[in-house]
Amino acid sequence: MHQFFLFSSVALTIIIAVPLFRVLKGPTVFDRLLATNAIATKTIVLICLIGFLYGRIDMFIDITLAYAILGFIGSLIISKYVASQNVEDPL
Amino acid sequence: MTEIQIGFSILFVTFGILLMLVGSVGIIRLPDFYARTHATSKSDTLGIIFVILGLVIYEGFTQSSAKLILVVLFIALSNPIGIHALASAAMKKGLKPFFSDDDIKNDSVKREVK
Repeated sequence: MHQFFLFSSVALTIIIAVPLFRVLKGPTVFDRLLATNAIATKTIVLICLIGFLYGRIDMFIDITLAYAILGFIGSLIISKYVASQNVEDPL
Repeated sequence: MTEIQIGFSILFVTFGILLMLVGSVGIIRLPDFYARTHATSKSDTLGIIFVILGLVIYEGFTQSSAKLILVVLFIALSNPIGIHALASAAMKKGLKPFFSDDDIKNDSVKREVK
């Protein structure tokens, strides 16, 4: 079971690295924000798997909760800022 | 009992990782911002729910599994809300969809995949 968690963590790391292409290339700023949001939500699952890998899920689950709340607040605030009047032409 | 637990856990985690792979391929391959929001909001959310439920099945009845269920509830609420806020910001700033109404009326407009 330890080996299964190791293999799934490696596969998940490769899956997380795929949207970096959209962060670098994306035509508009919204594509970049979308890809960073996808990376942040998948990192939550990766931290949970690493916690099971080390056998210390009771410590890592608190880090996961804090990371989930920080990612959600950051995504919401940045989208409110881009939609505001202060940004001239975000496209 | 333990073998059944481990089998269901492996099944759930594998299915969730496959769903997240579909979401990543969708972010790369789909042609438009509004199409990419579908890939990253629906399939990613379902994949995260499946993986963390598989970890809950492996853990059993402990305090950590209760916290994992809290994480699942928070992700299922917050991830579509954040992406909907992003899509409404894009609509407010005037980002055109890939198939807009003008393109459907006069069909001769060239469409370019960025």
